[in-house]
Amino acid sequence: MTAASVLLQFLNGLASASSLFLVAAGLSLIFGVTRIVNFAHGSLFMLGMYAAVALAPYVGFWWSVPLAALAVGALGAVLEALLLRRLYAAPELLQLLATFALVLIIKDFALWAWGPEDLLGPRAPGLEGAVAIAGSRFPEYDVFLIACGPIVLAALWQLLRRTRWGTLVRAATQDRDMANALGVDQRHLFGSVFALGALLAGLGGALQIPREPATLAIDLQVISDAFVVVVVGGLGSIPGAFLAALLIGEIKAFCIGLGFSEFTLAVEFVVMAIVLVLRPWGLLGQMPAPVRGAGAHEPAFALPSRGALQALVAVALALCVVPLLSGGYTLVLLTDILLFALFAVSLHFLMGPGGMLSFGHAAYFGLGAYGAGLLLLKAETSMGLALLAAPLFAVFAAVVFGWFCVRLSGVYLAMLTLAFAQITWSVVYQWDAFTGGSNGLIGIWPAGWLSGKTAYYYVTLATSLAGIAAMWRVLYAPFGYALRAGRDSPLRADAIGIDVRAQQWAGFVFAGLFAGIAGALYAFSKGSISPEALAVPRSVDGLVMVLLGGLHTLTGPVWGAALFTWLQDSVARGFDYWRAVIGAVILLLVIAVPGGLGSILRARSSR
Amino acid sequence: MTVLSVRALAKSYGGVHALRGVSFGVAAGELVALIGPNGAGKTTCFDVLNGQSAADAGAVELDGRSLLGLTPRQIWRLGVGRTFQITATFGSMTVRENVQTALLSRQRRLWSLISLAAHACVDDADALLARVGILEQAHRPCAVLAYGDLKRVELAMALANQPRLLLMDEPTAGMAPGERGELMRLAAGLAREDGTAVLFTEHDMEVVFTHADRVLVLAEGELIAQGRPDVVRADARVREVYLGGGDA
Amino acid sequence: MLEVRGLSAAYGKAQVLFELDFVAHAGEVLALLGRNGAGKSTALKRIMGLLPPRTGEIRFGGARIDALPPFRIARLGLGYVPEERRIFTDLSVRENLEVGRQPPRDGAAHWTPDRLFELFPNLGRMQDRLGGRMSGGEQQMLAVARTLMGNPRAILLDEPAEGLAPIVVEQVALAIRELKAQGLCVLLCEQNLHFARQLADRACLLEQGRIRASGTLEAVESLYAMV
Repeated sequence: MTAASVLLQFLNGLASASSLFLVAAGLSLIFGVTRIVNFAHGSLFMLGMYAAVALAPYVGFWWSVPLAALAVGALGAVLEALLLRRLYAAPELLQLLATFALVLIIKDFALWAWGPEDLLGPRAPGLEGAVAIAGSRFPEYDVFLIACGPIVLAALWQLLRRTRWGTLVRAATQDRDMANALGVDQRHLFGSVFALGALLAGLGGALQIPREPATLAIDLQVISDAFVVVVVGGLGSIPGAFLAALLIGEIKAFCIGLGFSEFTLAVEFVVMAIVLVLRPWGLLGQMPAPVRGAGAHEPAFALPSRGALQALVAVALALCVVPLLSGGYTLVLLTDILLFALFAVSLHFLMGPGGMLSFGHAAYFGLGAYGAGLLLLKAETSMGLALLAAPLFAVFAAVVFGWFCVRLSGVYLAMLTLAFAQITWSVVYQWDAFTGGSNGLIGIWPAGWLSGKTAYYYVTLATSLAGIAAMWRVLYAPFGYALRAGRDSPLRADAIGIDVRAQQWAGFVFAGLFAGIAGALYAFSKGSISPEALAVPRSVDGLVMVLLGGLHTLTGPVWGAALFTWLQDSVARGFDYWRAVIGAVILLLVIAVPGGLGSILRARSSR
Repeated sequence: MTVLSVRALAKSYGGVHALRGVSFGVAAGELVALIGPNGAGKTTCFDVLNGQSAADAGAVELDGRSLLGLTPRQIWRLGVGRTFQITATFGSMTVRENVQTALLSRQRRLWSLISLAAHACVDDADALLARVGILEQAHRPCAVLAYGDLKRVELAMALANQPRLLLMDEPTAGMAPGERGELMRLAAGLAREDGTAVLFTEHDMEVVFTHADRVLVLAEGELIAQGRPDVVRADARVREVYLGGGDA
Repeated sequence: MLEVRGLSAAYGKAQVLFELDFVAHAGEVLALLGRNGAGKSTALKRIMGLLPPRTGEIRFGGARIDALPPFRIARLGLGYVPEERRIFTDLSVRENLEVGRQPPRDGAAHWTPDRLFELFPNLGRMQDRLGGRMSGGEQQMLAVARTLMGNPRAILLDEPAEGLAPIVVEQVALAIRELKAQGLCVLLCEQNLHFARQLADRACLLEQGRIRASGTLEAVESLYAMV
């Protein structure tokens, strides 16, 4: 690499850092004040792109950029007023889920409005040319972008440090109830912060159109990048976001420049993992204020009553006789429901009693699935051995990833789980020769004696029920108590000699094991697997299942998995915009039944 | 018999000397109060004693064994129990389960996946709850307990390990006057029965001067006075930096 | 000035306040005595609108405030100094005061940072210091000063002496006496009898969410000591 090409890569890095920063600054600002991690921020970026592309033919590029940004900002204000305002007091998880529902709805809106094809934007009039830098040509527009980052940083800095609005925002960031009690009207403050954050996202998107086409897939891509930047920089720190955007932008640029472009997906997450282990609250972040009595709201859970146990046995027996009464489609659906119930219960084990919020649980599910496929197809083992050994892939990953994750807590831990899942996904996606890349693996069929739907249903039934029972049982054993102790009060747990990290690590691996088993069952039930099995949306599916059922009940995740799987199966068949429907259902549930389905059942039974 | 012995303990954070050459001892069955203005080094002293932060210099010994460099968990195993200023209990468990968890930890059984925790150590747990006087609330979730009762749960959990030394951080903060005396009498009684050494910090001077056998006064990282309560109370320097002119 | 009738509150299913009635007047200090968990802090939060409405009627200066959000109540001239002080640790002393600033109000003293620095001289010496770098006593002064920036006609003080060295407690008491002399209505939550004795004109004793006794401090005090 010559000095000139190093310089060029450096400038490339700066240019991409600018747009990363715009998105991340908005995300960070919104999180700082509202404590909501806005999953839909990437979708706002995407809308900014589409809006600018759509407006440019009428008003020209230079007008389309501010107009698109303002439109997205206005949408942000509306979303805040209609939706987020109801969620400020809700648990973290429901907030994340609600913003993810927005992702689904916005994506389908864009699909409906602009179609599935990528849309190319215009070039920027006046900046179409290139400047000569060290003998190479560097686009003028990228020079303009490089300048945008520091300008926006300086403007935000002035706004936050020099104005009364900024002082109030910083005060509310720290303690919104206190600010409220001092006469600060939160609705205006939060609304304006959300609108500004959305505007920055829209601006970032609009500014990007001369460089790349508007696509529907960009929302999750941008939000993953923005998460990384915000977490590396420190949640809520604008200068931190700038620094992290530079760091990530440069590292990615040099990866591409050095010819390791296949690593770019993974590299930013590796950076994030390293930063989080060395500086758990990010480069310029501060340790979050301790959450007051996180376990205080958890209900005490007593041993199940005889009646409850009898009801569970009755359900299990009913499931055993289903094949005698029905076949075909019902069995396929029930097989899906059972293995997803196992997956959901393992996630609940981790998040509920374990107190570890995971946004990447699909990694372990997917590794179980790929483990089964690879053992069968590449190692040519028997199906039985493949099914038994596949979960070890998930266990191995959980051992490695879990070691890092248990060092963090709360939102940071959730982000790290997402990062590891994304690394896993990108490795699987890019390693064509071994994993089949984006096409995945096909021909993973069960051995002859299990190839019938009924036989495979019984295997899934037995394995899932045994797995679910094992996890529930462990929660009533001393190990489960130690996990809950670490969640309720890490301080007290430490003071009575509990090694909280070690217990959590073991819990993490335990949950990973059962997710892996569910994944292996999934692989053989479908006959093929693709990287979607371990992508972010699958992780979110798991979260939706747990939340549908309710985090505070043991059986909730099972009902949640059943409802979600059935819903997805029946809605997805007949309707192009099924994602938006699922999003709407999530929003409805989050707002109307925040305790999940389990809470309704419990309320019934306690009456 | 000296249980805890602290010699020439020093600790500084970024140029600020939080502790400079602090030395004292606590004997079996003795209640010693550690008092001083905010920022005098009480918290730092407690943090070093229970292993949450490392000392720069000096020695801390429990029954002759050095505690420096050990983790909080190791120190707990050696026999140091703690209660916190703001009570820390397991809110999703009942009172009995809180104590059972402590007992299971002592027996190193918290990795068991098989046995039923709710059936473990019931008798021992109940005996401890009876000692601190909340046996009748054994089945109630900690989340709904009154504050004074939570303090007792903490005490029972601390006693589950049969500690040689009990560290109590502002044990009576947040309690009514009558209740304060009751809790301190309980702690004192238990300490004398078991021969446990007790070191506590406290802002309520009435509690300090009524219940402590000895009082240590920290100011700006240095021990400026120590001795019997009445002697410390009359000390001119202590009145100047801490107690103030009024009747404290 | 502040009138509370039949105030109740609950966390989930557990009721913590039962039908509280009391009145506090301008220029007087009313103490709510009681141990932790008796419901003192809950009562203040409830008055301030920080806990969802339950039942009861709260009037401030004649107007109903029980259904208003906290910022509206603050803008009517009711100030709140919470138990944990809740200083904005990332903001400087001046910025903390700025957050509390409200327009001047009829019938209440008009506070400016300079006037407050006269009342709390040590705050004046550290105007640019971050809230997080102050001692407990300094934070307590700042918490009171910040609330005064809203030019309140009444303030709710939650255990202002908690966790402070006796010598600092004296300074806090001095400041409260000064505010009372200026005609402010002070509702003081306290479990420390000694401190309440220095300030309170009247007192209510709270026990398990109910008012057990009210009247002069001497009358209530004897009951409290027996709790």
